[in-house]
Order: sequence, then structure tokens, then C-alpha cells
Amino acid sequence: MPDPGLGIREFSSVSHIDESPSRHRSPPATRASETNSKHSYSVLTAFCTEENIPQCVAYVNQEAAALGLCGVCVEARGAGPSLGAASALNLLYELLQLQRRGQRTLHDLETQQLKNNSDLEHLQHNNSRLKDQLEHTRRENSGLHEGERQLQLKIRTLQRYLKSEKEEVQKLQSIIASRATQYNHDAKRKERESAKLKERLNQLLVDKRDKRLAIEVANCVGRADGKRSLWKTSKMEARHEGEMYKALLSDYEGRHQVLLQENAELKKLLQLMKKDMVSMLSPRKTTRAHMPAEDSLEQAGSEPDDELCEGSRDPLEQMCEQAREQLANSIRLQWRRLKSHMQRLDSQVSLAASREQEEVISRREHEEAITHMKMELQQCTEFIQTQQQLLQQQLSLPCDEETAALLNDGYLLEEKERLKEEWSLFHEQKKNFEMERKNFTEAAIRLGHERKAFEEDRALWLKTQFLNMAPFVGHRRHATSESHIHSAVSGAKVPSSPALSCTSASHTGLSTPTSDPMTLPSTAELYRTLQLIPDSRCGATMTKSQLRDSCTDCSIFSVVRDGNSAS
Amino acid sequence: MNFSEVFKQSNQLCKVSPDGKYLATCVQYRLVVRDVNTLQILQLYTCLDQVASMEWSSDSLFILCAMYKRGLVQVWSLEQPDWHCKIDEGSIGLVSSRWSPDGRHILNTTEFHLRVTVWSLCNKSVSYIKYPKACQKGMDFSADGRYMALAERRDCKDYISVFVCDDWHLLRHFETDTQDLAGVEWSPNGCVLAAWDSCLEYKMLLYSLDGRLLSTYSAYEWSLGIKSVAWSPSSQFLAIGSYDEKVRILNHITWKKLTEFEHHPTITNSKAVVFKEVEKRPVIPTEDLSIQQIAMESSLFDIQSKYEIPPLPVQVPVVKPDPDRANPKIGISAIAFSVDNRYLATKNDCMPQSVWVWDMQRLGPTAVLEQTAPVRFFAWDPRRPRLALCTGNTKLYLWSPAGCVSVKVPVEGGFQVQSLFWHCSGDSVVLLGKDQLCLCYMATDEEK
Repeated sequence: MPDPGLGIREFSSVSHIDESPSRHRSPPATRASETNSKHSYSVLTAFCTEENIPQCVAYVNQEAAALGLCGVCVEARGAGPSLGAASALNLLYELLQLQRRGQRTLHDLETQQLKNNSDLEHLQHNNSRLKDQLEHTRRENSGLHEGERQLQLKIRTLQRYLKSEKEEVQKLQSIIASRATQYNHDAKRKERESAKLKERLNQLLVDKRDKRLAIEVANCVGRADGKRSLWKTSKMEARHEGEMYKALLSDYEGRHQVLLQENAELKKLLQLMKKDMVSMLSPRKTTRAHMPAEDSLEQAGSEPDDELCEGSRDPLEQMCEQAREQLANSIRLQWRRLKSHMQRLDSQVSLAASREQEEVISRREHEEAITHMKMELQQCTEFIQTQQQLLQQQLSLPCDEETAALLNDGYLLEEKERLKEEWSLFHEQKKNFEMERKNFTEAAIRLGHERKAFEEDRALWLKTQFLNMAPFVGHRRHATSESHIHSAVSGAKVPSSPALSCTSASHTGLSTPTSDPMTLPSTAELYRTLQLIPDSRCGATMTKSQLRDSCTDCSIFSVVRDGNSAS
Repeated sequence: MNFSEVFKQSNQLCKVSPDGKYLATCVQYRLVVRDVNTLQILQLYTCLDQVASMEWSSDSLFILCAMYKRGLVQVWSLEQPDWHCKIDEGSIGLVSSRWSPDGRHILNTTEFHLRVTVWSLCNKSVSYIKYPKACQKGMDFSADGRYMALAERRDCKDYISVFVCDDWHLLRHFETDTQDLAGVEWSPNGCVLAAWDSCLEYKMLLYSLDGRLLSTYSAYEWSLGIKSVAWSPSSQFLAIGSYDEKVRILNHITWKKLTEFEHHPTITNSKAVVFKEVEKRPVIPTEDLSIQQIAMESSLFDIQSKYEIPPLPVQVPVVKPDPDRANPKIGISAIAFSVDNRYLATKNDCMPQSVWVWDMQRLGPTAVLEQTAPVRFFAWDPRRPRLALCTGNTKLYLWSPAGCVSVKVPVEGGFQVQSLFWHCSGDSVVLLGKDQLCLCYMATDEEK
């Protein structure tokens, strides 16, 4: 029995457009036989067999109903169920009709499609053409705009030109008018003069009496400079020419000198300026290492040296063009550098000013301090001046000369008296001193003598002692001890004689005691020897008064009066 | 400042002798010679007719009196009052008469400028110079008196002749490239001669003494040109005043324009001081006005005036000239340098009440004097930079770098100062009225 799926295949191959949703309900059909031709009967027979006629009928009816066609009825006839021929044929006819209709619509649609395609093509073609046209017209438009703008500009310039021309014309017209009036005026004047001339001529022609011109002078006057007038000769002419040229030449020479001077001064000024500029710029070379234009400065450093050498050359040489130009160029260069330098400085200053305000303040403070000090100074000077004035006033208070003299005398008197007193004291003390010195010397002499005597006694006593102690000592020892004793005595003598000389020395000099130990022992030693100063050598005693006097003698230069003087 | 008494004069004929000792005035047909200090009459001469022009000779010994109507010139001697000299030009007439620089020749220009007759007082000889030109300034003597330049016109062409004044020998004769030569002027150093064209063409020609053309200067074309010319005393500058209200200064080295001074009606330059004369009229009580009072109190009508300094900017009053008239009242009509070369005084005709003073060192305006009436005349002191000017009223105005002062001339019945000139010593000013003259002795310095 052919599979009903085959019939379904046939359907699908006959009308591939018409897709029925009921195909899903149909049993799964293989697509293997799609490649078979559409009108193969074998497929038809495959769909329906003897066995599945009612199913097929049912299915067909279903499909027909779906399509709106009448269905097929099954008639049970003789040998099994069979299809009603009329309904089947109807169905077939309807299907054929349907098919034809479909074909027709397809044909129509195809033609329609072709028409549409051609229409579309036509429209597209038109579109592109119109676009091109639009582009073209746009370009034309912009070109025309451009042309119009230029023409407008031209119009404006022409208008301006026209206005200026009109103005010039007006000006020229006014000038012409003024010139015309001037010419007319002059012409009228000349005409009047010529008329007068004609009149005069007429008058002269009529008037026969011709008044001759003449000069009446009482007597000829001498020339202003007193010299005689000279004849007019060619020599005179030459001389006049010469004088004229001389005058001209002297004027030119004078001007030339002035110009030379000016030139020299200006050159000097330029040289000075150049030197100043070079000196100003060159020290910067070493300090400003971080400047970007260092190279140019270094170059400048080498250049000025050459130029300075030039400057030392003979000034006559410098008068030639090249030197002048060189100088001018070098000045310009230096000036440019100076300008750039100044600009740099300015920018630096502005930077510094913006950054560090304290510097500015400190300067202000500094200035304030200076002014303060100046004021103080002024005040001090004023003070000093006033003091001086007052002092002078004080000194000059006793304006009366007599009283002043008296006062002066008074002051002096007191001083004189004092001086006198002191002198007297001094003399007293001197006398005392003298006396005491005399006493001292006498005492010293006496002491010396006594010492000598004492030493002799001692020596004798020692001798006797020794002799007593050692009876069998020879005469030799005696002699030696004697000599020893003599030497001791002479030693004792020695201090006395220096003492004598010392006193004589101390007589002459009241000044400070000498410190020569050999010849002149000091006053202190003398005192010591005389036991004025406590000493362990001698044991001489002094009187009270003598001690006091010595005290006063010690302080001989003091002004203190001692009422209890010895004298 | 002392004022002398008033004396009569006619025709504004009043001249001080070149040595400064005498003052000669003409009263109708009389010539009066006075001593300048005492104003005593020293000599009195009588001429044959009313004197039209009077001039001292350069050595102050002779005075020339010209009577144009009669064609006569009479010369008087100061030393010998009996000496007389009369020159009769005859039927040819007389238009102008002047001394030569040596004081022994008289140059008479005949009527219609037919010729210049040179009369010699030393030997009674006569010379003629033909074809002199009738123009603004056709004849000029150099400052040292050695040369004379004369403008001539022959066959519709302009020439300049240079004569040696010693013997009237023609030194140079050359043609000038001018349309209508208007004037010649020697520079003070006597080496350059300036010649300028008439106002229809702006052209200034500079000739050297030997006749070579040194330079030509023309500021512009077509408009009216040069109106006035002045040399600076040092010969360094040549000032040209023109109708375009500008003064152009040429320098003597290149003869090119150094600068131009513009007389702008609005003054904004802070360096220029504007002195404006302000009048103060006294209030006249109308009730108790009687003839007696008027007669007694002449000061009733005294108009006090003083100078004020208005703040800048100042508008200078401008008078528009009539465009249809010839020689319009516009342009610089008067230029004068001060004797020290430092200042230049100018007057613009369309600002008739103002006098401008320019500083030549700064090349800018230093003062503008605005008067209440048109300025009639101004003159510099021959010794110092002091300017005296008058406006036709009873006052004398003085300007100096220290300031400006106005002085009323204390003359009974008013004294309208029409003109003035300085004495050669700079100590006094001679004021000329209509028919009166008065001397003003400068004793003190001005204050502001």
C-alpha cells in the first residue's frame, strides 16, 4: 500500500507556493522524492491505495474544506468503497479552475513585477539625473554669488574713487577760483598802472616844459670812510670779484669749521657712549652664567677689544667712510644689547618684586632708619649748638671788664695764696729734710765710727778669746786673724763710706731713690742702716720727733699740712 | 616804565638815528630833530612840501626827506644846519627814495618803476639802473652794506642784479626761474640771497653771493603760496610764512624743511602758555553822570585790562576770510625772529587778534597772546628776547619769557597806539599814534 506521505509529496511538488498548515498533521514525509517530476502518476498512486481510501477521502475532504471547495463523497458501491465520480470530477474541475486562476494571477504578478522593475529603473535613472542637475545648478549659484560680491567690491572702490575725485575737483576748482581772482586783481592793477602811464605820457607830450632832473648840493660831501673814490677799471672789477669770493669762502670755511667741530664732538660722544656701554655689558659676562644669550655676550667681549684698539688709532684715519660705518654699526650693536639687557633686568626686577615683598619693605625700613638717624643727628647738633651758646653766654656773663678782671684776679689770688702756702711748706720741708739729712749723715758717720770701734772691740775680744782658748796657736794665725779682722773692719768700713757717699748723693737728689747697689745704696737701705725702718742689722734707737720728721720727709710732696712740724 | 610827553608827528614818520642819539620826526613839512634822552629840540628844518618819507643816513649825519608829489628829495645835515641838498627828479616822478648803505648815495625809484636813479652826494654824479621790478621787495642791501640785490624784469622774464655798493659796479646778473618774482632778501651773513615768487606759486630760490643757484624749495603747488619771509639773525634758519597758515623753517645746511609750525585754532600743547587779555570795564553809574564829572574823571572810561592764563585746551578766535577777494586775509603775514635767535613771533591773518611765539630750540609753540582787538604791529627788542605789540588801543603790550604785561599809556585824552618801534639800545620804545608819538622808557623788568 503506498504511503499517504507520498501523496503529500506530490502536493508539495505541484503547488509549492500554497503551504497548508495541515501539512504538519500529515505523517512525516520524506523529501527524497522531491526531485521527481511534478506530473508523475506513480506518486498519485502512492498517495491513495485500496486500503486507505476513506482516509484519503477524509483527508481530501478536509483539504477541500480548507480551500473552500466542495468535498468528495464516498459511495459504497459493489466492490468496496469508491469515490463518487461526480463529486470527484467537480472537485477536480474546481481544482483545475483554481489552478488556472492561480496561474493567471502568477502571470499577472510576474508582468506586474517586470513593469515595476522597469519603473523603478526609470525612476532611479531620473533621480540620479536630477541630482546631477541640482548639483550643477548649485555650483552655478555659488559662482554667481561670488561674481556678485566682487562686483559689489568693485562698485564700492569705484564709489570711493569717485568721491575722492570729486573732492579733488572741488579743491582744484576753489584753487582755480582763488587764482582767477588773484590774476584778475593783478591784471586790474596793471591795467590801472598802464592807464596812469598813458595819461602821464599824454601829459608829457602835451606839456612842452620838460623839467630836467637835477641835483643842487651846497657843497660836495666827503665819503663816509674818508677815502677818495677810485676809478672804475677792470682791476677794480677783478678786485670786487675777489672780495666777493673771499667773503663767500670765509663763510664756507667758518661753516666747515663749525661742522668739523660738531662732527668731532659727536664722534667723541659716540666713542664715550660705546665705551660706557661696553663697560656696562662686559662685567655681566662673568656673573650671568645662566643667561641664555651668553654666547652673544661672549662674542661681544671679544669684539669691544678690537674696537677699542681701533679707537686708539689716529683720528685722521677714522675719517674714512668705513671707520665711520664701523663705529655706527658697533654703536648700534651695543645699543641693541643694552636694550635687551635692560629688558631682562626689568623682567627680573618685576619677578623679584612680585616674589619677595620683604626686600621692598626692608628698603623702606632702611630709608626710614636713615631719615630717623638724620633727624637725630640734627637734634644732636642743635643741642650741641645750644649748649655752646649757653656756655658762651655763661662765660661772657660778666660783660663789665673791670668786674671780670677783678673776678679773674680773685680766682688767681686764691690760687696764688695756695701756691705760696705750698711753697712755704715745701721750703720748710726741704729745710727739715736738709737738717735731717745732716743729722742722718752725722749719725751715720757716728754710727760708722762706733761700729768701727765696736768691730775693733769685738775683734780684740775674739782675739783675746781665741788666744785664751788656744794658747799655743802660732803668730801666723794671729796675723791671719788680724788680717781677717782687718778685712772685717775694712768690710765694716766699706758700708760706711758708701753710706757717706749715699748721703751726699741723697743731698743732691730729692727725686726718686736710685737703684744702683754698688755705689749708691737707696734711701731705704740708708734708713735700714740707720734703723729708721725696722731692720735686724743694727739696733740704734731714734727719737720720736726724728721718726715723725722722717715720716713727713717720706711724704714730702703731699699737701697736707702738719701743724706739729719739727721746725 | 616811564612815559615821555606826547609830540606831534605826521604820517607816522618818526625815526631814531642809527647811533641812537637822535630822534627825527616830521610834522607836515617840518623836520624836527630831538635828543633821545632829553627830547629837546636840537634842529628844525623846513622842507618844500609835505614830507612823504624820511630816512637817516647810516652814519647818522644826514637825513633824507622825500616828497613824492613834487618829485623832490631834500637832504639835511645834522652837523652843518646850513648845508642843504635838493634832488629834483623832474617830470619823471618819484615813487620811493632811500639811502645807500655808505650814506653818500641816494637811490630814487621813479614813477612806474621806470628806472632807479643813483645820486652821489660826493661828486654829484648820476647813474641809472634800468628795468627795476615793481614788487613787494625789489631792492635789498646786504647787512654789511657791500652789496645790493635788485629785482629786474625784462621781456617777461625775471632777473636779479647784484651791485657792489662801493662804485655801483654790476657784479652779477642772472635770470631767476620764477613766474613773477615778488621779493629778494639777503641773509644776515651776506652770503645767501633768498628770492621768492608771487603768491600764485610757492617757490623759494636760494642763490649764493656769486649768483649760483643753491637750492629751490616749493612746499606745494597750485594753492596760494608765500606771504612773508624772515631770516634768523644767525642765518641758520629761513622762515617762510604762507597762505596755508603754516610757517616752514628751512635750515642753512641742506636748505630743506626743518619743521613746519602750524597755527591750529585749538591749542592743546601743554608747553604753550596762552595769555588772554581780559578787559574789565568799570561800571558807569547812569544817574549821577554829568559833563563835569566826565571831564574830571577821565578814568571813568578807562578800561582796565590784564592777562589771564586760561586752562588748555584753548580755542583761538578765527575770522573766516572772504574767498572771493584777492589777497585774502588768511595766512602768515608777519614773521619776526628775536635777536638771540631763540624765538619766532608770527601772526596769522585769519586769527588777527593773536600773536604766536615759537621756541626755536624746542621747535614748538611757547606762548600765544590773544588780544581783544586785532594786532596792528609787533616788534622784537634789538637787545633781548622781548616782544612789544600794539592793537590800536591805548595800551602797550610786552611779552618776554618771564611773562606778559599790558601797560596803559598815561596820556590825557587817550593815545591810540597804531605802530611802534624799539630804540636800537633796547631801552625804550617809540609809540606812534595817528598824529602823535610818545616814548616809553623801560626801567623795570616785567612781572606777570
